[in-house]
Amino acid sequence: MKAKPRSLLGIEPLDSRQILEILSLAKRMNPARPRTTLRGRRIALLFYENSTRTRTSFEIAAKSLGASTVVIHATTASIEKGESLKDTGKTLQSIVDAIVMRHPSSGAPVLLSKLIDIPIINAGDGMHAHPSQALLDAFTILNHKKNLKGLKIVTIGDIFHSRVARSDAHLFSKLGARVVFCGPDVLLPEVARELAPGVEIVREMDEAIRGADVVMMLRVQQERLSGMQINVDEYIRRYQLTPAKLKLAKRDAIVMHPGPMIRGMEMTDEVADCEQSVVLEQVLNGVKVRMAILATVLGGKR
Amino acid sequence: MSTILLKGGHLIDPARGFDAPADVVLRDGWVEEIAEPGKAKAAADETLNLKGLIVAPGFVDLHVHLREPGQTHKESIATGTAAAAAGGFTSVCAMPNTRPINDSPAVTRWMQDEERGAVVNVFPIAAATLGSLGEKLSDYRGLKRAGAVAVSDDGRPILDDHIMREALALAAKVGLVVIQHAEDTKISHGNPMNEGATSFKLGLRGQPAASEWQMVERDIRLASQEGGRLHVAHVSTAKSLAMIKLGRASKVQVTAEVTPHHFLFTEESCTTYDTRYKMNPPLRSAADRDAMLAALVDGTIDAIATDHAPHALFEKEVEFDKAAFGITGLEIALAATITALYHTKKISLTRVVELLATNPAKIVGLAGRGTLAEGSVGDVVIFDPKKRWTYEVEKTRSRSRNCPYGGMQFYGKVRATIVGGKVVFSEL
Repeated sequence: MKAKPRSLLGIEPLDSRQILEILSLAKRMNPARPRTTLRGRRIALLFYENSTRTRTSFEIAAKSLGASTVVIHATTASIEKGESLKDTGKTLQSIVDAIVMRHPSSGAPVLLSKLIDIPIINAGDGMHAHPSQALLDAFTILNHKKNLKGLKIVTIGDIFHSRVARSDAHLFSKLGARVVFCGPDVLLPEVARELAPGVEIVREMDEAIRGADVVMMLRVQQERLSGMQINVDEYIRRYQLTPAKLKLAKRDAIVMHPGPMIRGMEMTDEVADCEQSVVLEQVLNGVKVRMAILATVLGGKR
Repeated sequence: MSTILLKGGHLIDPARGFDAPADVVLRDGWVEEIAEPGKAKAAADETLNLKGLIVAPGFVDLHVHLREPGQTHKESIATGTAAAAAGGFTSVCAMPNTRPINDSPAVTRWMQDEERGAVVNVFPIAAATLGSLGEKLSDYRGLKRAGAVAVSDDGRPILDDHIMREALALAAKVGLVVIQHAEDTKISHGNPMNEGATSFKLGLRGQPAASEWQMVERDIRLASQEGGRLHVAHVSTAKSLAMIKLGRASKVQVTAEVTPHHFLFTEESCTTYDTRYKMNPPLRSAADRDAMLAALVDGTIDAIATDHAPHALFEKEVEFDKAAFGITGLEIALAATITALYHTKKISLTRVVELLATNPAKIVGLAGRGTLAEGSVGDVVIFDPKKRWTYEVEKTRSRSRNCPYGGMQFYGKVRATIVGGKVVFSEL
């Protein structure tokens, strides 16, 4: 296994040193100052699911490092004709140097990494993992806080369907933060506690948010609910981030959201646009962090 | 006309409480004589020297998928039964989810036709409802006459109370057992693994334990009202076992089987999205696995059945949530049982044979099988309980290799299998 090229399949296999290395490399990255690190390298962006932020961000990151990219959408490729992931992967393997992959099935990048020999970068798989998002979230937090150790990071909303929440929790936990999940039973089962060391569940939003350093809001993923019933009015009443609720957090707390954000649902307009909101900064940091990821996975030796 | 002398072995026949050295004479396919060592009267054409080996009634698997008719890219009756023979099974009960579904006497007879090339006895389990659609009962009387030994809509459980009631009542009248794959699919949604901390971590949707035990509970309630015999297929949760115990306490005729994988593995095995650990019911928690082992010891579970479910590589080498459910298991059932239960001194060899031969033969009413009493059918397994070996899945006799047992070390190896007096597998 060790002989295999490096892939980024999730946060779980990384240790804190590897995480901090990527984050410190990201600080030196700037899309406005293109590099040639990956000149001549070809990267496929294999997207089985729609994405605006992540795909664009990876594409700009790759190009800023001098790599050429090709975007493959499941709906426009042979995939729609019934080609298996294995065959798509084998085909791409012979013409590109790495695959950045988004897939609706949890574990699909793990499968592909077992079947082919080029690096796979997981750009989000089902409800499982979204490591590049977790890294950019940590990067964003570190722009505002000295380090993550001892921070109270509260994630509120649809945890069950969120690969971001899972990857964030692994990363924040590895860097020593307190991870507090908050949401209703259906969107936050008790077993979530066992995800990583230091994960807590607090059902009442006021209590969860009190004294928090970071408030991460999640969208209710209506498209993944599959039969679960959510009472929207009730949800808004209990879990929407309003200016009043935000006051319970630390005065210098930051508000984050991995997007896409539904205003009026998980947060009010006032909060989305307030000074403490770093949502747009997250997007910007996404490119830097993804440059660092690509450089780490593909950089250096050929 | 042929006579085989099984000489020098140790005979275990739980049906008669027999557990001692003995010679066995098989004549023209029947058990002619059980004699003290060296004292057999009949003259033999052939003698098998079985010193140090166990001689027992051939194993009966209550739950296999032979995939024929219709899905011979996965398995055929010939290849599936060859794997069964290597596993010491002399009889297999074949589930009806073939193409077409075995819901008719014609298909039932076709499966038993000599032309299929079966190496061991094939006893079809017919569909409980037409097309396994859960709407209209199939022709139980005709199916029984054609050779079906049970009815089941395995994999497509009978959800409708009224239909299940009718099935139990008619089966009771005809003298068949109803085998239910207990799963409330309205709760399980076809989800790929057990619901719990592991599924949450993997981002996979889970089947709650309740989707199984609530169905077991309902089936037992209906059986208590309608009479009839209920057999619970591949039990996987501790709570289902509790329901079965309760049912028995109130005199419901309910029996149960467990698969080797449910007493060997837990949901933790799914952690790398390895589809060789994807089956239905899914691997459950460690507490559930331990409950299976305990129930095999205390008698709550009657039989070990493999749920041998062959699939081609292309059906398994895909995303975990898209992969086919099921694994093969005929060739390792004895080894798994001995390794997990006998080698660890939890049960005796008598209990091993009871779980693999005596009880399953009784559950589907195979007359003259599941025992080696004089006058019974000459279906015999010969095994070495101490032999240590490594399973090589590349050498499987099955057409498929979808199981996690390749490379695993086991204790207990089948050395020969005899069906109706004919040696069909031998490593003697």
